[in-house]
Amino acid sequence: MMTEPLQLETGDFYSRHFEKGPREDTLILNMGPQHPSTHGVLRILLELDGEYILRAEPVLGYVHRMHEKMGEVKTCHQYLMNMGRVDYLHALAWNWAHVGAVEKMLGIEVPERAEYIRVITCELNRISSHLLWWGAYLLDLGAFTPILYAFDDREFILDLLQMVTGSRLTYTYNTFGGVVADLPGDFLDGSLAFAKRMRERLPMYKDLVTDNFILRGRVEDIGHIPLEMCVRYGATGPVVRGAGKPYDTRRAEPYSVYDRFDFEIPTSDRDDAFGRYQVRLAEIEQSLRIIEQAVTGIPAGDFLNPKAPKKIKLPVGETYYAVEGARGKIGVYLQGDGGPTPYRVRLRSPTYSNLSLFSEVAGGILLPDAVSILGSLDLVIPEIDR
Amino acid sequence: MNIDPQLTRILVALVAILLFVAANAIVLVYVERKVAGHVQRRPGPYEVGFHGILQPVADAVKLMGKQLVTPGDGDRVIFWIAPLLAFAPVALCLLPITFGPRTYAFDIDLGLVLILAFAGLNVLALCLAGWGSNNKWSLLGAARSVAQNVAYEIPLLVSVLSVALATGSLNLNTITLTQGTWPWQWNWLINPVAFGIYIICAVAETNRAPFDLPEGESELTAGFHTEYSGMGFGLFFMAEYANMLVVASVATVLFLGGWNGPGAPGWWWFLVKMYAVVFFIIMLRWTFPRVRFDQLLNLSWKWLIPLALANLLVVAFIVKL
Amino acid sequence: MGFIRETGNAARGMWSLAVGLKVTGKYFLSPQITCHYPREVLPNMDTFRGHIELIAKPSNPAKSKCIACGSCARACPSGCITVIKKKAEPAPAPEAAGQQDESIPAGQKKKPPKKTAPKEPSLFALDFTTCSLCGQCVQVCPVSALRFSSAINLAGYTREEFHYDLLQRLAEQAEK
Repeated sequence: MMTEPLQLETGDFYSRHFEKGPREDTLILNMGPQHPSTHGVLRILLELDGEYILRAEPVLGYVHRMHEKMGEVKTCHQYLMNMGRVDYLHALAWNWAHVGAVEKMLGIEVPERAEYIRVITCELNRISSHLLWWGAYLLDLGAFTPILYAFDDREFILDLLQMVTGSRLTYTYNTFGGVVADLPGDFLDGSLAFAKRMRERLPMYKDLVTDNFILRGRVEDIGHIPLEMCVRYGATGPVVRGAGKPYDTRRAEPYSVYDRFDFEIPTSDRDDAFGRYQVRLAEIEQSLRIIEQAVTGIPAGDFLNPKAPKKIKLPVGETYYAVEGARGKIGVYLQGDGGPTPYRVRLRSPTYSNLSLFSEVAGGILLPDAVSILGSLDLVIPEIDR
Repeated sequence: MNIDPQLTRILVALVAILLFVAANAIVLVYVERKVAGHVQRRPGPYEVGFHGILQPVADAVKLMGKQLVTPGDGDRVIFWIAPLLAFAPVALCLLPITFGPRTYAFDIDLGLVLILAFAGLNVLALCLAGWGSNNKWSLLGAARSVAQNVAYEIPLLVSVLSVALATGSLNLNTITLTQGTWPWQWNWLINPVAFGIYIICAVAETNRAPFDLPEGESELTAGFHTEYSGMGFGLFFMAEYANMLVVASVATVLFLGGWNGPGAPGWWWFLVKMYAVVFFIIMLRWTFPRVRFDQLLNLSWKWLIPLALANLLVVAFIVKL
Repeated sequence: MGFIRETGNAARGMWSLAVGLKVTGKYFLSPQITCHYPREVLPNMDTFRGHIELIAKPSNPAKSKCIACGSCARACPSGCITVIKKKAEPAPAPEAAGQQDESIPAGQKKKPPKKTAPKEPSLFALDFTTCSLCGQCVQVCPVSALRFSSAINLAGYTREEFHYDLLQRLAEQAEK
């Protein structure tokens, strides 16, 4: 019996999704894989009418590094280093998500001191990620100096985390049952000193940038992402908090010792880029609060569960563990089959969901606004492409 | 055969101005990078020569040594005329400026009009650069720059006109002489609105941040001069600094008292004030983000032009009294 | 009224620009915070993970604690460690045929003496070009024979310069 021939789609992505052939009145432009402000190798196909964007379509896959496949051929211990490279700006949160998933599946307990250490280092990493976002966002908007001021503060965090983990950007620090090494002597004092210094620097950020009316003109009323759009696309993190909903994985699905700390979830009523901007700056302040509470309350004890198994064999079954990253809800789904390597590792990247709402937001806006919206979504393309 | 002394004077002045502009372009490259460095709390150029003094020389050698690439489908003639056109009017614009009580090329009654007329050639250069590049990004940059420059010429003209009206002459020498020796006697306090408008328009005319959308580095990857390499880019670069010099010197003459100054009036006071304005423009670049394009045009058409016209009316009224 | 509000906004905007200029002006006059490498060096480089190196035995600085079990090579995600165990020394030459030891009763053969392989590596090579500084080798070693070296000033012209022979490195360190 002859079956119908498959209707394969012809042409490339460009010709399938845009008009067939050039139009008279619009310009098709590639905000191409190489561009100063797409934060990585992201290609956005734009159809422009003068300066107005009629249609926009992000094209992904230029940095696909097959992390999920690597999860299937590496053992759980060998896979730990991959997590730092998925989103190198908040590497410790990805570390935590993977380690947490394995611990949940095998029922490994984590000592309290290790939990506190994880909290402190993860919050420091969150602050450094937000500082870099702030600097890079302003670089996209044309201000060349705030990124260097942000990097000045970030150096302190990087020095602290280097003291603990030995690396400055792609940390491999969490392990199954705790953390790899204990805190050196002056780390806690250094963290408190940093918190004090950061609090003194935040008014300068406000003076130089947040109150600047040129910046306000670039970010206010730009890129309205209402709550129902966030829900439809599964956007999390500062995007959904900027739309008004106080959804934070640390409160919604509490993990580790976050329920012991007193911190707020900053939200914003205005669902535009300025709202997201304010949410992230407020989150820096809240992270400082968490760090101070954790540093004063950290107990003595083990940094690694001595009974944690040295060889991890995942049983048959599946699990999912989510943490709150700087960009949103990071999730790791593990499926084991009893062998030394997992059967499937699925990494839920928050930026992927955040970016997918771009084509809907970008209808009818100006080209510089598109740059501003992309910056306010806080994209890290290697995390999208994994 | 007698050569007209006036002509000799103009030729000598032209050569001197070209040398002055070239030397300044080189120095300003270095100064801008050093100022940028210090604002960002880093050293800036440091290795080449003592504290990086020879960096501009290294840059110039590099630019001259690069291959001149013409885009394949672009219009060759238009593509290569554009940088020359960007650089050409500068010398002419600086001719009527009175650097000192006796240091000027020629005393022309319409000096101001000459400068304003030739400053408009810059727009043409950017337009040709964007069109000849056969690059959609350059085209966007050129289109933006045309709209921006045209929009900001008008408040510039009107504010300069108000100063000319208050002084009663278009001759730059006369305008300098009517301002006294002390800072409070200069035009910036007599006509502060015009000064403010002039500075904003000056920054916009030279396509400097925060109005550098045509060259928007982070959106358009260098805008209208994306496709230029080597000396083509070098000429645009030098033209930008030369234009900055022109607007700064016009600001000095019109608003800051020219070569007047307490103590010994002379060309040294002129240079001090000119470099102060240039330094201010450089600091603006490193502090503020870019203004979005429609906000930029709004600023000009909805704010600066009415304000400049109102100022002109007030000045006219006061002059008539 | 709208006009007055707009003017007020504009005035406030201009003031915010002046405040911004004051911040940049202040930093323009402040000292620099960057490190003029290589004239100055950063003080905290000993906390950085460099490539791994072998730890010497306390009793003999020229020998490492490594027992050549190969756990580190198996644990490495990138396969950059090569460990070859030293072979046992060959047995001494057998006695000349015909000559017999009188102490052994007739009919029984003399067993040759056993020689056990020493638990040391004859080769411990690290290919640093594929190392990701994850630390699995350091963690998994049963005798804790590996540590990070904090060697950061590494430069080379060829890939082979980053293939380290860690036993040689240990020998050079012992000479110092």
